[in-house]
Amino acid sequence: MNIHFEKRKSLSRTALVLVPLASLAASLVLTGIILILSGADPFATYRAMFRGAFGSFRAFTETLVKAIPLTLTGLGVSVAFRLKFWNIGAEGQLTVAGVAAAAIALFLSPFLPAWALLPAAVIAGALAGAVWAGIPALLKTGLKVDETLVTLMLNYVAILFSEYLYYGPWRDPKGYGFPGTAPFPEAAWLPRIAGRAHAGLWVALALALFLWLLLARTRWGFELSIIGNSPRAARYQGIAVERNIVLAVLLSGALSGLAGAFEVTGISHRLQQGLSIGYGYTAIIVAWMSQLNPLAIPFVALLMAALLVGGDQVQMAMGLPAAMGFVMQGMILFPMLAGSLFTEYRLKIARA
Amino acid sequence: MRKAPPRFPKGRFYVVMKDRNGEGAWSQDLLPAQGPRARGDGELRERLVEMRGIRKSFPGVQASDGIGLTLARGEVLALLGENGAGKSTLMNILAGLYRPDAGEIHIRGERVRIESPRDAAALGIGMVHQNFMLVDSMTVAENVVLGQRGLPFVPDLRAVKRRILELSARYNLSVDPEAYIWQLSVGEQQRVEILKLLYREADILILDEPTAVLTPQESEELSAVVHRMRGEGKAAIFITHKMEEVMTFSDRVMVLRRGRVVAEKTTADTDPKELARLMVGREVLFRVEKAPFTPGEPVLELRGVSATDDRGLPALRGISLSCRAGEILGIAGVAGNGQRELAEVVTGLRAAKEGLVSINCVETTNASPLSIIRRGVAHIPQDRNQVGAVGDMSVAANLAMKGYRSRPLSSGGIIRPSRFRDLARRLIELFKIATPSTETRIKFLSGGNIQKAILAREIGACGSLLVAVYPSRGLDIGATEAVRNELVAERDKGRAVLLVSEDIDELLSVADTIAVLFEGRVMGVFPAAEADAERIGALMAGMEEGGKRT
Repeated sequence: MNIHFEKRKSLSRTALVLVPLASLAASLVLTGIILILSGADPFATYRAMFRGAFGSFRAFTETLVKAIPLTLTGLGVSVAFRLKFWNIGAEGQLTVAGVAAAAIALFLSPFLPAWALLPAAVIAGALAGAVWAGIPALLKTGLKVDETLVTLMLNYVAILFSEYLYYGPWRDPKGYGFPGTAPFPEAAWLPRIAGRAHAGLWVALALALFLWLLLARTRWGFELSIIGNSPRAARYQGIAVERNIVLAVLLSGALSGLAGAFEVTGISHRLQQGLSIGYGYTAIIVAWMSQLNPLAIPFVALLMAALLVGGDQVQMAMGLPAAMGFVMQGMILFPMLAGSLFTEYRLKIARA
Repeated sequence: MRKAPPRFPKGRFYVVMKDRNGEGAWSQDLLPAQGPRARGDGELRERLVEMRGIRKSFPGVQASDGIGLTLARGEVLALLGENGAGKSTLMNILAGLYRPDAGEIHIRGERVRIESPRDAAALGIGMVHQNFMLVDSMTVAENVVLGQRGLPFVPDLRAVKRRILELSARYNLSVDPEAYIWQLSVGEQQRVEILKLLYREADILILDEPTAVLTPQESEELSAVVHRMRGEGKAAIFITHKMEEVMTFSDRVMVLRRGRVVAEKTTADTDPKELARLMVGREVLFRVEKAPFTPGEPVLELRGVSATDDRGLPALRGISLSCRAGEILGIAGVAGNGQRELAEVVTGLRAAKEGLVSINCVETTNASPLSIIRRGVAHIPQDRNQVGAVGDMSVAANLAMKGYRSRPLSSGGIIRPSRFRDLARRLIELFKIATPSTETRIKFLSGGNIQKAILAREIGACGSLLVAVYPSRGLDIGATEAVRNELVAERDKGRAVLLVSEDIDELLSVADTIAVLFEGRVMGVFPAAEADAERIGALMAGMEEGGKRT
């Protein structure tokens, strides 16, 4: 008997849906083994996790709170990944956006009408994210500098810079030494829908739909997919490859930037420690699990958010480390990467 | 300037010695012959390699159709043939990269099975590939021992370096063993590849188009090295499609065409003209129906155009050509003499360093590819899988890649996938493209069908000039005929066609005017009706009219 892989003539749609689901199932089993080894009942743990993430209205709104930045950063990362531009800097783009939005909210309120403060802060955030992503994009297209390293390194620059600001010059003098800026004026607060879930949810969902239309139905989207598949072919078709890569990466950074602006204006109402809990990195898992499809990203982001919130609940209810949620996230990625083989190949079993 | 190839008196050993200025001087080698050596008679010398009835097929191609080959100690064999003739396949089989479907290999009289490059190395077979197999971030010495069997865990690199220096001195292959590969020129990297084989004491060397990446000076040095190795009783096979190299390097030459041996000659008994004829094949396969030649106004004009290749070496040296409406201008020449660069300069993909390009009396020198497309210039590129088509996108998307910017495929920046499909269905039917559906990824189509799709798309976008680079290369007879007929149909519609081809018969049957390129220069331009294969072959080999070399 002879088992081998055969390339599929067209991508399998079934596999596109089944592989992420099967990966989730595999991750439940694998994490279950870890749970048993650490002396916990996996079924009780999963039940607690589920209840923690979806069990009550409050729990569900908390899951949404985390799903919003994951959707936005996931969309951002996926745009860049489609061009094979490995932007792993969503974390940094989110952070500088938080800083930029905070700067507007804190220092421009005397100069702007109240209605303009929030939009200005959000737009400043998106622009800051775009600029932060634009640096590696220009280095890559202009000087052929590897973008993976630059985007990663800029994460640390952004995070340490924001720390410098809220520990130093921007620290709230009335904050009892707490590391963070003064609270924003209320004009800069993003309205909330339910619990802590804010209006950023609608923006994130609308952008997912918009991005799908942009990529699948516009001329620019068509050009981006040619560039992503073969830059040489794109050049031959008269497409300005470098310029379009830079534009798409600016869009990628702006999307992650929105996430950062919404975090400070919608949740913390100040720039403080814990602006991001690794959303920009989890976004990479979100993007891959969604197979870079913008329409799938909100759902996958919700799932990842549930794992995070559920993980916290497990800590309280079962006395297990909250990191269990991260363990599960990681455990999903491995079968996912292995399983993506099946969208391109089919298993063929032949008798020799 | 390239010097005349040396003529070696038969039956004696000569190597090239160089003086300090790099001027070649010929002097007799003092190395003793290994065993009896009678020219043209392999039986008396030890037979190192014998391949019998080697067959190998790839999907849709019979790359090797029962080829036999022998190689004696102290012999240099040239494998001559066009792209796709099966030269590389045959040598990859000998080097253990491919396994033959049928046939036997005997090394030093013993039947062997070569399952991997490692088996081949154990038998003393080594290959220098066209794309070097070196690790850029490692030194020369490290690369030389990389992959060697029986190496201690921590290799004694000092001993390795000493040995490399010894070998470089002996073969005049100067390379610094401590240099990193990325610091070396292409010619030096090739020396490292050869040193690797010498270090392993390989005595059967395979060189795949070794001079393709070299300057003329480097080629001469390589020729000296090969002769030196021959003198020591090693044997070499080198793959080439340049007649000149056959004359300078080899003792014997085998000409391959479409996976078969079409001729086997002692180099001394043949000449480049005859080889050119054997390589491209004499017989005209089919006649193409053409309307009478009635050229119109010039569409494409080039005046003294110069350009460099990807490595920055001169590829075009002052080209002046003109192609009129209703004319097929055939560009003849052996691949690598500037054809690709010519097509790229015309279509805006490569910058011209000097000269003027104009299309329909408007200057387009170094204009953007898009603005040239908008002037109605269509381009069938040399690399159909990476450039002409996007393998992972659907047939429909590939067919739409020229027209997607305007109605009916898009309007107001929005594309219409259903119109993509309509267009695809129409073109699939019109051009008889065999595909399971419009949504199939195009890389699953055969080469001929991918080419038909590219042709269908480009012809649709062609307003005044069609640039076709090796459009029928590697295609079967049916697809070749379809492609040629389309080119003629464009000409009959009054468009200018620039056709780059290596196939002399194609040029003779399709083109109206033929220009021959050699080392980036136009060797001659004449009406196809007055041309014959012999004359073109001689110009392709760099010989002036009347047999004088340039």
